Amino acid sequence: MNMTADAPLLAADGVPLAVKLKRAERRKKLRAALLVAPLAVFLLATFILPIALLLYRSVENPEVPAMLPKTVSALAGWQGQGLPDEAALGVFVQELTAAKDNKAMVGNAAKRLNMEISGYRSLLTKTVRAMPLDPAAGPLREQFVNIDERWAEADYWRVLRHQDSRYTGFYLQSSLDIKRGADDSLHMAGDDEAIYLKIFGRTLWMSAVVTLFCFLLGYPLAYWLVNLPTRKSNLLMIVVLLPFWTSVLVRVAAWIVLLQNEGLINGALMAMGFVDSPVQLAFNRIGVYIAMVHILLPFMILPVFSVMKAIPPTYMRAAVSLGSHPIPAFWKVYFPQTVAGVGAGALLVFIMSIGYYITPALLGGPDDQMVSYYVAFFTNNTVNWGMAAALGSLLLIATMALYTLYARIVGANRLSLG
Amino acid sequence: MKKMIQLAAVAAVASVFAGQAVARDLTVVSFGGANKEAQVAAFYQPFEKATGQKVVGVDYNGEVAKVKAMVEAGKVTWDVVEVESPEVLRGCEEGVYEKIDPKLIGGKAAFLPGTVSECGVGIFVWSTAIAYNADKLKTGPTSWADFWDVKKFPGKRGLRKGAKYTLEFALLADGVKPADVYKVLGTKAGVDRAFKKLDQLKANIQWWEAGAQPPQFLASGDVVMSSAYNGRIDAAQKEGKNLKIVWNGSIWDIDSWVIPKGSPNKEQALKFVQFASKPENQKTYSHKIAYGPTNKSAVGMIDPKVLPTLPTAPANLNGALGINVQFWVDHGEELEERFNAWAAK
Amino acid sequence: MSVASPDTDVLVSFRGVQKSYDGENLIVKHLDLDIRRGEFLTLLGPSGSGKTTCLMMLAGFETPTAGEIRLDGKLLNRVPPHKRNIGMVFQNYALFPHMTVGENLAYPLKIRKLPAAEVDAKVKRALGMVKLDKFANRYPGQMSGGQQQRVALARALVFEPQLVLMDEPLGALDKQLREHMQLEIKHIHENLGVTVVYVTHDQSEALTMSDRVAVFDKGEIQQIDPAETLYEAPVNSFVAGFIGESNAISGTIEHVDGDFCQARLTGGGSVSARAVCVRQAGQPTTLSIRPERVMLGERAVGCANRFDATIAEFIYLGDHLRLRLDFAGNSGFMVKVPVPEVDPAWQVGNRLSIGWRAEDLRALDPLAA
Repeated sequence: MNMTADAPLLAADGVPLAVKLKRAERRKKLRAALLVAPLAVFLLATFILPIALLLYRSVENPEVPAMLPKTVSALAGWQGQGLPDEAALGVFVQELTAAKDNKAMVGNAAKRLNMEISGYRSLLTKTVRAMPLDPAAGPLREQFVNIDERWAEADYWRVLRHQDSRYTGFYLQSSLDIKRGADDSLHMAGDDEAIYLKIFGRTLWMSAVVTLFCFLLGYPLAYWLVNLPTRKSNLLMIVVLLPFWTSVLVRVAAWIVLLQNEGLINGALMAMGFVDSPVQLAFNRIGVYIAMVHILLPFMILPVFSVMKAIPPTYMRAAVSLGSHPIPAFWKVYFPQTVAGVGAGALLVFIMSIGYYITPALLGGPDDQMVSYYVAFFTNNTVNWGMAAALGSLLLIATMALYTLYARIVGANRLSLG
Repeated sequence: MKKMIQLAAVAAVASVFAGQAVARDLTVVSFGGANKEAQVAAFYQPFEKATGQKVVGVDYNGEVAKVKAMVEAGKVTWDVVEVESPEVLRGCEEGVYEKIDPKLIGGKAAFLPGTVSECGVGIFVWSTAIAYNADKLKTGPTSWADFWDVKKFPGKRGLRKGAKYTLEFALLADGVKPADVYKVLGTKAGVDRAFKKLDQLKANIQWWEAGAQPPQFLASGDVVMSSAYNGRIDAAQKEGKNLKIVWNGSIWDIDSWVIPKGSPNKEQALKFVQFASKPENQKTYSHKIAYGPTNKSAVGMIDPKVLPTLPTAPANLNGALGINVQFWVDHGEELEERFNAWAAK
Repeated sequence: MSVASPDTDVLVSFRGVQKSYDGENLIVKHLDLDIRRGEFLTLLGPSGSGKTTCLMMLAGFETPTAGEIRLDGKLLNRVPPHKRNIGMVFQNYALFPHMTVGENLAYPLKIRKLPAAEVDAKVKRALGMVKLDKFANRYPGQMSGGQQQRVALARALVFEPQLVLMDEPLGALDKQLREHMQLEIKHIHENLGVTVVYVTHDQSEALTMSDRVAVFDKGEIQQIDPAETLYEAPVNSFVAGFIGESNAISGTIEHVDGDFCQARLTGGGSVSARAVCVRQAGQPTTLSIRPERVMLGERAVGCANRFDATIAEFIYLGDHLRLRLDFAGNSGFMVKVPVPEVDPAWQVGNRLSIGWRAEDLRALDPLAA
């Protein structure tokens, strides 16, 4: 074959080799994509989509705009003093009348407004029940005040005017203890009402404590397991994993039995004469820590163990032979090599702790509850999806921020599950 | 032979699909515990016997959000639900429940006033009162002021976790008259006053959530006294526990039947509500657990020995107050959040 | 070949050392060993022979069950490993992966609290010694196996220990690199004059590098000698078989006459041989001869021992040819023939006369069948 430097290489059938190669590669890529397609669909449906919905719900504000779309735009011209003008009130009456038979819509809007001013719920439902108003029977302003004198207060109109968008920062603001004042300015909530910042702080703090204890208890255990003969360490590993085989609920219940005032531990302490009256172990922070550390310990041990397993004992021997006392040798030589496992374990434990619900709910007092408790509170008790979603979103963001921080400091590639 | 196998296979497959198509059993949701046991005996079993319709009982702790979620998703798996009175009103306003025609149960007039509404039919009158273990306290408390007095009665107290009842009790302990409680609580100053009163007791409170907890706490000595549902204390007394109820300052409420909107078993659910509202069945219920009937005809049927244990007994209503449903519908969310903030501190 | 140095000053001595892990079996049965100052001693033996255990006892990672070990006259038994001041090179290099090469080398110096400038100078010099001057800032993971091994070597030497232990340090390298490193280690040893105790199961490695080789088997030293002696004058069948290649022929002693003896072969015929492990007539023996000491055809004429054998197989190996012969009932008798000496007429099945000198055949202890 006659080949010059710049003529493309041809395959046997005359097609340039580069083109053929590209085609083959594309086929390969397509096949690989087909293989992961079910997983991708699964992840999209069960992971990405719910998260997107969660984030969306935390800013969604459909209730009032759906019921009173024209009223809120008519209120845009209102000065913020006294009642709105008759024209705006007329639109309001129209829309209230139209909504009269749609109980769900009125109920949702009333609920949303009640979040802004307590009592707005009954005000709105009462007003809807009084519809329609006869414009001939006098000025609408008077008629509204006759239905309920609260309509004379500008606050109620101000809140309504503010419902002009299908999106709101209300839930996210509330989740950060930010309130909107009468002059529409944002300010931090007072001591009586501020709660969530403290809860976020507590959640992070408690998770950090749990992680620290998991590390303090799990690291030596993992080290011990690694240095045992395989048969023994396998057996003990099963013991470590044993808690996984019972449900969290069962384990928490077991801890309550053990820790309560008349429980086994207090009974034993008192029988042995260490204490005279029961030590409060359950329904406070101590109980939560004990149970959470117990439940999450395997998540620390497993990655640390598998990382340690891969470290040959010769490193320590080498360090000692170079003249280092075994203890500093451990910290300087062995420990740094397990940092990846410790990082993975700590991250795992920490992130799982952040989302813990059942253990603090059952074993803690009201001041031991973490963010998840309030998410559950809003979904189960007050049916406030917006707040639940906002708290969840902030938790998600906090977790991701922490992960990013971790990746910056330790390096994500140094994360090893063994 | 081959044909028989084919036939059997077809039949098997068909029965699987048929099983899905046939309406499921009637699902009735209640607060569980002693209350549910009484309901099973007074309502579920007689209803099954009378109609042949199987009833499945489910427990919950009053999380009406689940009902709302079901209704919104269009997948209603609960057919009849026992709810507290503010929930009847709130859910009805939000269109979560089916309307119930009062004619079905013999008209509103046959029931105590305020127990039958657009969406709900009252099941029983119950009360939250102070309870204590007479084995451990020789002289018990007589009022909420005593409940707050940790010098006279040292030890922990149980209270239901939440603003409802707790704020009322705090005001009663602070000397507010029962008739004025909601008037005071309707103002910002009144709420502050209630929380301030709660601050005094906070360190000594052990919170409970399920109705079965207070008798347990009292029996185990975890608390010296507790707020409790009177029926649960009555049930514990029947089991031989020496627990006592203080009716002074108790708050009575009505639990009602509601039917979640879109229940596929609506017909059966209505029949169940109708059946359970009959005076003879309400009488049986009140004999099983110390909650008062809502059907006026049932009141006369009750064993005179049982009567004084019911919240509806005149002696027990002395110094008691009824819950203000409209107040809690309007202010519940705000106060519960404020309560959360306070409790979390 | 450098023979043992005349300097007999002993640096390390093992006296009556025993080691057992389970209290029932001795992994080291009884060890008396003197290691001379400045020598390169190799502990050679199959796995499980006790050589590594000896090294670990010397390093301090294992404690002798009985007996004593002295370093420079000082009893070592109770000295913890980090105070022994013995350098060590491990098979998997054991370079700290989270430290750069420079930090690895500085590690033992910093522990000894040397001033920073001195640390730098020593690290630089050590890196120069192993020709890795430019690699101080690399991490071990970024280097080839051979480079890592050199770093490990430098690290074991950088704090100037009087004794360096090497535990199969070249085991993980490929053949070519291994041979290259053998020479490099040897040269470093020669230049520094440090005492080296080297453990390997590779006999060619042992022969290449050592001043003396201690051959271990079953927890005992079978023979300790310079390489040449080991090869040419193995003291028993194990050493003869373990070091290099040898043909083992079983027989019975007919009579012993001073350094030599006469033996009857089990497969027929009688030979004269050097008496090594035999004392009297009637003793069973294994006779050992190196394949390259066997003469063939014309060359066999005039040898003290002469036989006829049948060619069973040719194995061509480039620089030489190996012949497998059937001889005296022994079908695995090997002979090495330099290529120029090969007779092109030879064919499988041919009869061939073979012969050797009596002093090349050694009458040793009988091998267990």
